[in-house]
Amino acid sequence: MLWQLFASFWKIGTFTIGGGYVMIPLMEKEIVDRRRWMDREEFLDCLSLSQAMPGIFAVNMAACIGRRLCGVRGVIAAIAGNILMPIVLILLFAIFFRYFRDNVYVERIFMGLRPAVVALIAAPVFRMAKSANVCWRNCWIPVVAALLIWLLGVSPVWVILAAIVGGLLYGFVSERNKKEGGCR
Amino acid sequence: MQMIFLKLFWMFLKIGIFTFGGGYSMIALIQNEVVEKQGWMTAQEFTDILAISQMTPGPVGINTATYAGYTAVVNMGLPVWQGVLGSLLASLAVILLPVAAILLVHSYLSRHSDNPLIAQVLRTLRLTVVGLIAAAALLLLTTESFGTPGLNIQFVVSLLVFAVVFYLSVRHRTSPILLILASGLVGLVVYSLF
Repeated sequence: MLWQLFASFWKIGTFTIGGGYVMIPLMEKEIVDRRRWMDREEFLDCLSLSQAMPGIFAVNMAACIGRRLCGVRGVIAAIAGNILMPIVLILLFAIFFRYFRDNVYVERIFMGLRPAVVALIAAPVFRMAKSANVCWRNCWIPVVAALLIWLLGVSPVWVILAAIVGGLLYGFVSERNKKEGGCR
Repeated sequence: MQMIFLKLFWMFLKIGIFTFGGGYSMIALIQNEVVEKQGWMTAQEFTDILAISQMTPGPVGINTATYAGYTAVVNMGLPVWQGVLGSLLASLAVILLPVAAILLVHSYLSRHSDNPLIAQVLRTLRLTVVGLIAAAALLLLTTESFGTPGLNIQFVVSLLVFAVVFYLSVRHRTSPILLILASGLVGLVVYSLF
């Protein structure tokens, strides 16, 4: 069982490019449909727990699924399987890329793709703004967060802490007033 | 010398526990630490790391942590094997606390996930993370990556690539790896011709 868990997550980690949100449908297929280790509802429980907790989404999923199936040893097997090949591959790349970095063709390729990478970081801002329900009443939160980090050099850690404290306070107040917060 | 490893470990422990809402917010945290605060690498080097991390398999957060840990150590003039050690420490540290937290609340949260207070904190965090990622993108808009502003070939091509990739990613959800590869090809062709 442990070995099969490792193998399943090894496969998912090794053959998916693009991180957590690409892996989730594959995990569902493997864990729920193919292996039948848990039902869809349990899988969705893991999904919402992994999204609520800090950390890397895919690793959190591996931890949660591993925990349900085989306890702490399952956690280690699932995570190890999930990140083994990615780490090996990226290390191989990191070690050998140093020798090619100054090559004129490689430099041209990277000159072309750097703006694309920045665009790929900017794009999820707009996608996530939609799913986070950004509206006129609350859009100051992301704007202030961005300006603090970008212009004033405030560490994102403090911004996140402020968000947790602010969210708790707002939650307390709106609980007392029995009013529903948010945008609707 | 051992200081760098302790520092890396502590730094990535912090990065792991403060990452909410997936790999992209982790990028903002890693960038703030290794580029802005410590100056262990340039914004351009970090951009290259992001490119590779999105093109190789696996969770983007793990890839970025591994590569950034390696680069930080090797940039200090330390040998490759110590770079490997640094990368392993970084990726271990980044998953340690979140996984411990999952094990701790595993039985609790699945019964209390509809708690309104937790729901409100998560809503606020989601909003904040949008700003976090926006800041990461803004901080990567450097002259090293885009060329000096003006009517020169690198700046114009860079803006065009940025606009097209942004549009395709937002509107059509084109795969990032395809977009990165295509932009690399554009760079190879354009900068070889001109």
